[in-house]
Amino acid sequence: MHDLRLHALAHGRTGDKGNRLNISLIAYAPEIYPLLVQAVTEDVVAARFAHRKPTSVRRYELPKLYALNFVLDDVLDGGVTQALNLDSHGKTLSYHLLGMSIAVPDELMAFARVRRNDA
Amino acid sequence: MERMLIGAGAGYSGDRIDAPIAVVRDLRTSGERAAIIFETLGERTLALAQLRRRENPGLGYEPNLRALLAPVLKDCVDSNITIIGNFGAANPPAAGDIIGKLAAEVGATLCIGIVSGDDMLGPEGLDVLRACCDNLPDPKSLVSANAYLGAEPIVEALDRGAQVVATGRVADPSLTLAPLIHAFGWSCRDWDRLGRGTMAGHLLECGAQVTGGYFADPGFKDVPSPESIGYPIASIDKDGQFVIGKARGGGLVDRRTVTEQLLYEVHDPAAYLTPDVIADISNASLVELGGDRVRVDGVTGHARPDTLKVTVCFDGGWLGEGEISYYGPNAVARARLAGEVVRRRSPPNIRMRCDVIGVLSVLADDQGAAWDAGVPGEPSEDVRLRVAFSAPDKATVERALAEVEALYCAGPAGGGGIRLALRPRIAATSCFVPRDAVKAKVEIVEARHA
Repeated sequence: MHDLRLHALAHGRTGDKGNRLNISLIAYAPEIYPLLVQAVTEDVVAARFAHRKPTSVRRYELPKLYALNFVLDDVLDGGVTQALNLDSHGKTLSYHLLGMSIAVPDELMAFARVRRNDA
Repeated sequence: MERMLIGAGAGYSGDRIDAPIAVVRDLRTSGERAAIIFETLGERTLALAQLRRRENPGLGYEPNLRALLAPVLKDCVDSNITIIGNFGAANPPAAGDIIGKLAAEVGATLCIGIVSGDDMLGPEGLDVLRACCDNLPDPKSLVSANAYLGAEPIVEALDRGAQVVATGRVADPSLTLAPLIHAFGWSCRDWDRLGRGTMAGHLLECGAQVTGGYFADPGFKDVPSPESIGYPIASIDKDGQFVIGKARGGGLVDRRTVTEQLLYEVHDPAAYLTPDVIADISNASLVELGGDRVRVDGVTGHARPDTLKVTVCFDGGWLGEGEISYYGPNAVARARLAGEVVRRRSPPNIRMRCDVIGVLSVLADDQGAAWDAGVPGEPSEDVRLRVAFSAPDKATVERALAEVEALYCAGPAGGGGIRLALRPRIAATSCFVPRDAVKAKVEIVEARHA
């Protein structure tokens, strides 16, 4: 097993609507998708964003796209019209998810893009 | 006619101004039936447009309208490429006037369709809002209230011969769906075709975001010539099946770019709500065709909602931001102390937040939990304290900003590069109103080359 940041395995983008944030998490390779389903659960994502106090975290599975879509409620301090955050849209937060480490089995390491930043 | 090409010339107000040129060039070269859409209207963009219109009844349309259309209008008219944009913003008739003048200047004769009726601030609209919105702010503080219209009024304008259509608030994907309904004669209850056309529109509406914009991550997701990205062109057939491609230039279209944009601002993938249809991508799949083309399969649709969304914008008080840099040994401690000094001296009734840019900023929360915990972040000796304030009145925020300015002589050692900014804020909320309470209006104006 190797601890790798999600950034080595997947990519994603955030979108905002009011105080609600969605983050897609898209496997670079279909072989990685089951690992994401198993490791990146609603609870894990809620814990990763605990400091933003989400009132709910929903995960939608899109196996044909090798993607997960997370919807986090009430994490944007009121959103773009109210927050004092520099990034009131939460646009930077996809990379907070991608910065999270998970355990990757040896047989999946071939699908990882290991760079200095992610190892 | 088996298929139609639709390109995107703008994905938001403030998008690259030269993007439509390559799109129109490629649409012309194709010789196929074609349209180009311009999506330039965010939630607050419309409120700001409304404020401009209050100051001058001739304004309130997209400020870049002329710059966007001037290089392409003549070519579009000559090649029969339909132009559809929500660049009417708070004043679609004024946008129609500008387009008419532009047509005269470039020697084109054309029919302009003007779609309005989204504005809910008139007496009738306000009655509807009062009846339907629990959280309606004090009417005196209202800046704008606009219902999201669907494709139908745009289709009516096209059916009546419009070659350019200027709208106010319509749902973004409806800009794409309307020319498809017009071209293929789809029923407004053909949910699967409407769902597919809507998702084609969803992929187009943010311009470069599906062709390598907002995507590059060097060494991981590289984008060719990111300074000259070709904006998207979708090819859609009579059943709504579609392929996403792009105009000449840099950028790329592949499974990764399309997946990121397909899920952008989507919540439940089985229920993407628009005024026209509830689109469903829960079973969608992608096929890379090569040459920067991706086919999107498996999109379906369900019956449209009975209500329309209204975005209500109102006076949101004032936002002040002040920044100061600290460098070298103990820089973070000096920046944090500066923040504490400003906090102790600021008016007590103000909302305030501190960041240390370079250590902890965008990740943190407004309540300051991360700040108080002295949280993680990378150690750095080149940091910038940022303090943000908000309050209902300007004077309170100005008072607080003066405390940032005073850090020059009375704050911690070695602070430099103070910048202050103060601006009014627009707040927004939304509610839902019955579909039949909103009356879309379509007007056709003929602009003749003198």
